[in-house]
Amino acid sequence: MGALEDLLASGAPVAGPAPWPRVVLDAVGWTAIGEALAEGALSLAALWGEADAVHAALLDETAASLAVATLACPDGRFPSLGRRHAAAIRPERAIRDLFGLVAEAAPDARPWLDHGCWAARQPLGRALPQEPAAPYAFLPAEGEGLHRMAVGPVHAGIIEPGHFRFAVNGETVVRLETRLGYAHKGIEALMQGATIERAAGLAGRTSGDSTVAYALAFARAAEAALGVAVPARAHWLRALMAELERLANHFGDIGAICNDAGFALMLAHCAILRERVLRTADHCFGHRLMRDLVVPGGVALDLEAPAAASVRDLLAEIHRQFPRLIALYEGTASLQDRTCGTGIVAPGLARRFAAGGYVGRASGRDFDARRMPGYQPYGQLRFEVPVFERGDVDARVWVRIREVEQSLSLLAQILQAMPPGAIRVNLPPGGGEGMALVEGFRGDIFAWLSLDAAGRVRRCHLRDPSWFHWPLVEAAIEGNIVADFPLCNKSFNCSYSGHDL
Amino acid sequence: MRTLLFRSLIATPLSQPLPPGPEVALDTLATCLDGAARRRLGRSLAIRALDAGSCNGCELELNALSNAFYDLERFGLRFVASPRHADVLLVTGPVTANMREALARTYQAMPGPKWVVAAGACAIDGGAFAGSYAVLGGAAAGVPVDLRLPGCPPRPHELLRGLLALMDPPRRHDAGDPPGDRAAPRSA
Ligand code: SF4
Repeated sequence: MGALEDLLASGAPVAGPAPWPRVVLDAVGWTAIGEALAEGALSLAALWGEADAVHAALLDETAASLAVATLACPDGRFPSLGRRHAAAIRPERAIRDLFGLVAEAAPDARPWLDHGCWAARQPLGRALPQEPAAPYAFLPAEGEGLHRMAVGPVHAGIIEPGHFRFAVNGETVVRLETRLGYAHKGIEALMQGATIERAAGLAGRTSGDSTVAYALAFARAAEAALGVAVPARAHWLRALMAELERLANHFGDIGAICNDAGFALMLAHCAILRERVLRTADHCFGHRLMRDLVVPGGVALDLEAPAAASVRDLLAEIHRQFPRLIALYEGTASLQDRTCGTGIVAPGLARRFAAGGYVGRASGRDFDARRMPGYQPYGQLRFEVPVFERGDVDARVWVRIREVEQSLSLLAQILQAMPPGAIRVNLPPGGGEGMALVEGFRGDIFAWLSLDAAGRVRRCHLRDPSWFHWPLVEAAIEGNIVADFPLCNKSFNCSYSGHDL
Repeated sequence: MRTLLFRSLIATPLSQPLPPGPEVALDTLATCLDGAARRRLGRSLAIRALDAGSCNGCELELNALSNAFYDLERFGLRFVASPRHADVLLVTGPVTANMREALARTYQAMPGPKWVVAAGACAIDGGAFAGSYAVLGGAAAGVPVDLRLPGCPPRPHELLRGLLALMDPPRRHDAGDPPGDRAAPRSA
């Protein structure tokens, strides 16, 4: 039996969740999760809270299965998974900040999202009055010649807010610690009690660069909860939008990474391709980022024939331009000198953190939610999942380059084979519980949604891939020089907003 | 690389004149700043962008302003790294409680005279996130706002038109010509 089956057998199944099971465990069963995670038998897909319970979404990659485990916390405490599995530490800190549930014997008891600025503490649990926050205790780094550099939350470029604390010895980074939460908007609280439409809008604003992927994750979770089958054409249109989004972001990233290595020419050219993708999206669907177009029940707009032709033109233009840019990347020694061997994430670490997207795939983790667990229409499309082993900035660039090529092929196939028909169905009344795992450009996004009998959101949790990328940024930069930090960081391009929620 | 550079030299420029916008909107923009302020700024505007807690959608379009199609520097606009060098604080996103202090300090670090532009639905009034325990509201919850640019996110040319209205009487741009010399051919 697989590790996940063992776990399921040890708990009490909950009736209703779709498409994956959820079981209620006792504290012993919950602790066993920690062991299975530490041994690598399971991967942590998400860890989140409610007012009186904690949930862990667990992935068995060998058995290709997923399930959620729940532990009731009537006395506000639960055994820490972070004690055995480092990827759980930050989610547990967030659970404490938001719900007041304490992870017992957790290795890190510092607050995470709560900076002492909200009107109340534990806003989603039993709210307590705010207290003056103690200064945040950054982890120590001691030794001769070390000094500290504080960067952020306001950065020099046009990027999101976050704080980086470096301990450096001369040029070399000895320790980097990130402090996040600045972009925390309370999205989960805003969703509670909201209509599905309103919550879908919030999901699409969790990380703007992944608005299609988030809207898709939320819509799929809602459809699973309500048992709705979406028309075939809607699945294909969703995939079209998702691949356009992937293209736009990968072009942006490839250009920006090279720019952070001082090679502005690449940024100039990639930015043109990115702009062409956004203009095509705008032409097809009336919004450059394709916001609010994937909706629970289907999609809001159809793709008309002239618009489909504009996507074909776009593909042709990219096929003309992109090979030259790949050659430019490969053939510029001064650029390769910066990207190769810089910011290495060891494969073992990527596996332990179940790092999704280009971060995992550049470090040998062969996982893509479009393939496993998989969702429509990708089962009917041919695509490869590029995997590299070196785990450096260069490998993360190459994953993106190869994924651009795959997305181009996918878009051509979609245009070719998209079935006609309806694009949206009405949602039936009622409630339920659903989940989804969707591959955004950055990695897999997990959504869990519980609807009450009136069809309003009881609880929703959205887990950004960046939760498991940020800790790896800290690992990747160790031993590199400070000047390579922007380059390393851009090669991850983590979402602050998606993480901070 | 040489072929790529050569191709770029002979290709037609991608930068486009600003499409004319709705008259009414421009007139409203123009009343935000008095003539004296506009004279001081001349034809150069140094902008410090600050994300006060956005979803990062607005940042994507701010970044797009630097691409070859919009090329904001041909209009005399430029993003600067330090608030000490900035005339304008361009705020995106709702102001989260956790960003309140950073926003205030950035504004304080700017020398006068200074202006604040709230870009996007969130910066105008908190947008989709208004009413959250973690959100104070739009940019006005932290700093005095002079100009509001709607959109979720605002399109790049809407951002451009708004920023240009800070510098020049709006009617100049209705002609579609950027102020100053036309740029030399750009890379394709
Ligand atoms: S206005 Fe829209 S794009 Fe901009 S930060 Fe708000 S939700 Fe994101």
